[in-house]
Amino acid sequence: MAKTHVTMKVNGAEVEGLVEPRTLLVHFIRENLQMTGTHIGCETTHCGACTVDIDGMSVKSCTMFAVQAEGSDITTVEGMANADGTLSALQEGFRMMHGLQCGFCTPGMIVRAHRLLKENPSPSEPEIRMGISGNICRCTGYQNIVKAIQYAAAKINGVEFQEAAE
Amino acid sequence: MNDLTPTREQRTAALEGMGCKRKRVEDIRFTQGKGNYVDDVKLPGMLHGDFVRSPHPHARVKKIDDSEALKVPGVLAVITAETLKTVNLAWMPTLAGDVQMVLADGKVLFQNQEVAFVVATDRYAADDGINAVIVEYEPLAPLVDPFKAMDANAPVLREDLVGKMSGAHGPRKHDNHIFEWTVGDKELTDAAFNKAEVKIKEMISYHRTHPSPLETCQCVCSFDKIKGELTIYGTFQAPHVIRTVVALIAKLPEHKIHVIAPDIGGGFGNKVGAYPGYICAAVASIVTGKPVKWVEDRIENLTATSFARDYHMTTEIAATKEGKVTGLRVHVLADHGAFDACADPSKWPAGFFNIVTGSYDFPTAHLAVDGVYTNKAPGGVAYRCSFRVTEAAYCIERAMDILAQKLNMDPAELRLKNFIKPEQFPYHSALGWEYDSGDYHTAMRKMMETTGYAALRKEQAEKRAAFARGETREIMGLGVSFFTEIVGAGPSKNCDILGIAMFDSCEIRMHPTGAGIARMGTKSQGQGHETTWAQIIATEIGIPADNIMVEEGNTDTAPYGLGTYGSRSTPVAGAAIAMAARKIKAKAQMIAAYKLEVHEDDLEFDIDGFRVKGLPERFMSMKDICWAAYNSVPPGMEPGLEAVSYYDPPNMTYPFGAYLCVMDIDVDTGVYKVRRFYALDDCGTRINPMIIEGQVHGGLTEAFAIAMGQEIRYDDVGNVVTGSFMDFFMPTAVETPHWETDFTVTPSPHHPIGAKGVGESPNVGGVPAFSNAVNDAFSFLGSTHIQMPHDFWRNWKAAKDLGAVA
Repeated sequence: MAKTHVTMKVNGAEVEGLVEPRTLLVHFIRENLQMTGTHIGCETTHCGACTVDIDGMSVKSCTMFAVQAEGSDITTVEGMANADGTLSALQEGFRMMHGLQCGFCTPGMIVRAHRLLKENPSPSEPEIRMGISGNICRCTGYQNIVKAIQYAAAKINGVEFQEAAE
Repeated sequence: MNDLTPTREQRTAALEGMGCKRKRVEDIRFTQGKGNYVDDVKLPGMLHGDFVRSPHPHARVKKIDDSEALKVPGVLAVITAETLKTVNLAWMPTLAGDVQMVLADGKVLFQNQEVAFVVATDRYAADDGINAVIVEYEPLAPLVDPFKAMDANAPVLREDLVGKMSGAHGPRKHDNHIFEWTVGDKELTDAAFNKAEVKIKEMISYHRTHPSPLETCQCVCSFDKIKGELTIYGTFQAPHVIRTVVALIAKLPEHKIHVIAPDIGGGFGNKVGAYPGYICAAVASIVTGKPVKWVEDRIENLTATSFARDYHMTTEIAATKEGKVTGLRVHVLADHGAFDACADPSKWPAGFFNIVTGSYDFPTAHLAVDGVYTNKAPGGVAYRCSFRVTEAAYCIERAMDILAQKLNMDPAELRLKNFIKPEQFPYHSALGWEYDSGDYHTAMRKMMETTGYAALRKEQAEKRAAFARGETREIMGLGVSFFTEIVGAGPSKNCDILGIAMFDSCEIRMHPTGAGIARMGTKSQGQGHETTWAQIIATEIGIPADNIMVEEGNTDTAPYGLGTYGSRSTPVAGAAIAMAARKIKAKAQMIAAYKLEVHEDDLEFDIDGFRVKGLPERFMSMKDICWAAYNSVPPGMEPGLEAVSYYDPPNMTYPFGAYLCVMDIDVDTGVYKVRRFYALDDCGTRINPMIIEGQVHGGLTEAFAIAMGQEIRYDDVGNVVTGSFMDFFMPTAVETPHWETDFTVTPSPHHPIGAKGVGESPNVGGVPAFSNAVNDAFSFLGSTHIQMPHDFWRNWKAAKDLGAVA
């Protein structure tokens, strides 16, 4: 199949590649760019493991062609850490609040939570739950993911994190 | 001593040992997208394989034409059963003693069965190849209903077994019959029923579902023709078992098979068995001389790669009119699909379903399980439970509620009346198990007090009265569940897989500077072994957990182990760790005695080193002992500090718990709201409370999913109708309830550190709690049992059938 040249910015770096028109964005990221932090869980847009941030929106990269991302600015989980390489508030929150177990949903979950906190810097618990409802986690039961996002929100907002009582 | 000398508390805290909420070491890489999962493995020249699958549930395969497929750019080979026959791999043995087609051999027996394997340069080309393979089928009558499997005129599914009136587990009664398994004293049990004052009987179904970890099953196989070695990267919960199975069926020397299970994205039982994809990828690598990757998609995972449950349990309890149980009789019709591919210890065709007497002192019981073939996917894996234990717990917990209803007794009171008493442990159950320990009354009463159970019952009575007066359309249910699990398979006297006893292992090697590595026969799929195993070692030998690296999953370096499933890691491997650590400690004591110039009996272990009794300043830290082990051991002693333990547990462990679900249901819509869910777990000694809580949250969420909607459903002609996350209920953060967790601690008396395992308890105890809540809500309208899953539609239907909705 004839290939198309694509260029885009991923985690701040200009990248390019040759793809078939049908190549999914997630495969371009994982196979061509060899950034394997973005995962594939369902290929039908339900699970959110493949979530990346594209031009300021959370997008499931398993249901978008690489050619559709031409010229866009993409952030994946590999671009989530602080500039100095330390864990971001969200990454730290997931660790401190035990917001992950097998780690397979975690990249998509963190990328989604990152955008959620940009959209709503101080979300309530129901807002967090609704905000991550496009991302499925099979291990944690979400409760500690909610806490992880609350932890990050508090840290970003410079306030003390207070764990809700059981 | 001065101000800078750390206190005992500080020294203990610095170890981050058992009981500490140690943060996970795995999270550093996982939160940065630096995990290494199977699909991340990319080898030079790697090809991709994918399956042509059957659209029919039951059909003859007349012809497979691959001529067009082989013309597709990028397609290199199409493998069929005929290809596999040349290497004697068209069929493979299952863990349950049956055989299973790797690729359709003359016939297909379930929808989406593997028919041909297309190998191509990338996954897109493989897909093009699949579309170009032309398969000619002759459809046959499908058998979907397990209750019709043994009818005289039922279509015969397994033509390979026709005339074989005996299988791996004894006589077969019909061509579609797999086994009958009976346990208990039938005569005594029948007698108890004959003189019973009160009896209940109900057919309780536990529907077919699927573990569905977020990462599907996958592998990369690479055969090195020069060395004659096969390397397999795979999503394996039991890597060593996979190596042995491959050695046995592919006739390769076992030392030339390298199995590597890297990071695994959840397992829940799905990744225990061997699947056609693994065999086909290995054969394809041998045929093409290149590495071959196989990654199933979600539809394939849900519809072809194993299933769980599908038990139909006719349950009877005999009791006195005061509510004392006198007998239990259960018959199970087990739908195993097209091949018996249950992942149970080899001698246990229905797993440990004979734990079905639960937490209650039944003087007698009898159990019979009939396994049958149908035109459905093979499997029967333990979806976050020890083998068939969740089916058993659901069966008895639902039945106890039905008995309570019949006796007009509170279900919590009925349970308290019939619990095995603390002084009865070790307790010998009527169906053959020896329960190691328990204190059920304390756990139940703590649950009732913490939740305000009596007040909730009062509120329910008021709401029922208001409903009767027409003031509300909402009904309220309290779901009580008290489960006893049996985990930690298992003792060699009763557990093996393909003849290999179900021990587990640990090898610890301490380095000169006071750090070390522990290698294990288990394999974490999210349980956090890299964190918790180090905590056990930290407490046992006094080296900080941060200085212990835990490594699992590489069969070349790890000691042989039976893997991680059935909550066996902590009961079996956790014990092996403690035993290996104690060997290290014993040698360390000899070294310390030599260095401190005292007899070793004059030393006592003190947090992080050895101290001379009565002389507190004469102390040698474990860190210093590690160094000494490499330069100044006592004369005659070998240098070095390492140990291996293979632990064969003397008994299973028996975790238990008391759960309560409070649910409100709108009868006009069937919409439910889980108002409250309380889970008290007793898993014995607690290694990392943070991880235990996480395991309980996750297990409860899976229980919630299963009880309230998660089902693999077939239509009446054998089409699977729940093949994607659109139809297969996968709760999001919005639907998932808030969890309240609690605990009691009753250590296992036979386990070196008293731990019992917890990962599966919440699934085992959670499902009956949800289902009992729904059933309890509807009970006052006249129902005794409503089958799971309790989705909105079924709740509405129940309300309608009971006359609560016009």
